[in-house]
Amino acid sequence: MSTSVYEPVIGLETHVQLETKSKMFCACSAAYAGAEPNTHVCPVCLGMPGVLPVINRRAVEFTLLSGLALNCEVPDASKFDRKNYPYPDLLKGYQISQYDLPFTVNGWLTIDVDGGPHRVGIIRAHLEEDTAKLIHKRENGASHTLMDANRSGVPLLEIVSAPDIRSPTAARAYVQKLRLIVQTLGVSTGNMEEGALRCDVNISIRPAGSEPLGVKVEIKNLNSARSVQRALEYEIDRQTRAIEGGQQVIQETRGWDEDRGVTVSQRTKEQAHDYRYFPEPDLPPVFLSPDWIDGLRQQMAELPDARRERYQREFGLSHYDAVQLTSALGVGTFFEQAVALYARPKVTANWIQGELFRVLRERDTDIQELPLTPEHLVELLVLIDDGTISQAIAKQVFDDVATSGRSPRTIVAERGLAQISDATELERMVAEAIAANPQAAADVRAGKAPALGFLTGQVMKATRGKANPAVVNQILKRLLDTA
Amino acid sequence: MAISREEVEHVAFLARLGLTEEETTRLQEQLSTILDYMRTINEVDTSEIPPTAQVIPLRNVMRPDEPRPSLPVEQILANAPDREDNHFRVPPVLD
Repeated sequence: MSTSVYEPVIGLETHVQLETKSKMFCACSAAYAGAEPNTHVCPVCLGMPGVLPVINRRAVEFTLLSGLALNCEVPDASKFDRKNYPYPDLLKGYQISQYDLPFTVNGWLTIDVDGGPHRVGIIRAHLEEDTAKLIHKRENGASHTLMDANRSGVPLLEIVSAPDIRSPTAARAYVQKLRLIVQTLGVSTGNMEEGALRCDVNISIRPAGSEPLGVKVEIKNLNSARSVQRALEYEIDRQTRAIEGGQQVIQETRGWDEDRGVTVSQRTKEQAHDYRYFPEPDLPPVFLSPDWIDGLRQQMAELPDARRERYQREFGLSHYDAVQLTSALGVGTFFEQAVALYARPKVTANWIQGELFRVLRERDTDIQELPLTPEHLVELLVLIDDGTISQAIAKQVFDDVATSGRSPRTIVAERGLAQISDATELERMVAEAIAANPQAAADVRAGKAPALGFLTGQVMKATRGKANPAVVNQILKRLLDTA
Repeated sequence: MAISREEVEHVAFLARLGLTEEETTRLQEQLSTILDYMRTINEVDTSEIPPTAQVIPLRNVMRPDEPRPSLPVEQILANAPDREDNHFRVPPVLD
């Protein structure tokens, strides 16, 4: 793969389902997950003739909050438009969306990759409605399609990035940051597996250092930040091979096949998109008063970047540590609750980034799903500090707490994990280790340091990690010097 | 201002209308007349007037985010040409 010769130019379109109680233009419940098909439907979201949509105020506010968090400008007035296209998931034959006067425009967000931070421009963040769900069936050689309108009319925030992204890892970081922002604001679950956050990616490549853009390919069906990165890596490689093989890249839409790890050309429609946008006559315009916008600004939650800066300032953490602690929802809050009880921010941060992140990775889960509380972590750190348990044992206890939710103190007591600092018992065990390893003992007497470590290791092994290594060391030196 | 036959066919396709030869000819004439009328309106100097999408003096008509019961699924499916369990069943959609 000779990607160094070529520079990718990447932009993303992200659709975010807003976590309102009701739908965008009718009062049907928007909480359709797990509901029976077509049970969250009324004449409005079914697109019956003559019905009138009414704007959900909270959806507008969620859009404005998101735009503000993305450093966007908010115009004085905005409106909705009809985007016309025929497809069975679009019951009215048009989608109510926004065309030339979106709620928010011209923003940016920062990502911390490739020697960053880098800014990625946000062209616009506008509000529209989701479509119905189609299920394609095939039985006895014949196909048909089933349609469930529960999702039809759920508010959807569309965020369009500028083509500012230059690597697959940066694209992944962009998606993760966007997700974290909407989660922090509380406007969406951001759950990609459930389709609450969906990405389409545009990618072209050009010779590094050249100005004109290459031919653009759109990739759809990306349902995780990781698949965004993988699909882009694949596509850069594919386009590079095509160009170097003297072929042309065709402008087309490709789908990502997660199982095979490839992008696949999707049958391109002969017809270029011709949406014939026009203003939605059933919805009056929305004027965005400064008072309204200021009020929203004030109720905005602390955003990841602001929180990161505060952690550096308030807790003396490094930029790296602060980024780590503010890069997933709930981690920062966990850290702050722990530090409120235990005044060693760096130690706390290390445990979160080391053990907690390891457990989350291994179990492929989120901090909210673990029974582990900040109080548990603090209790564990205190047990280390007062010499009750060793670092190694503490890591075992941590895993147990993360599974069982039991208190570290209880686990240590029940599993007999407390460190053996009792000098008499340890002295007996050290003596045994010396007797069992005469050569190592002789080496220590001859001044060979590694042998001392070996003997300490033998005692640690015999006690399954429960011996206090410092005490073992002392006893070893004493016994061997006086022997 | 004449609209071409191809343009009429294109617009008809976008609207998924199947037109006969005669209908295409008739609509070509009628659409041309409508566009002529628009051209007359276009002659008015509107450089000082902001684009207007709505003439009704309403703005910021919004509702609180409060869910209300939907229709029973039997009513939702009452007009469905075909159904399978509680789904609408439609001809295959080729992706």
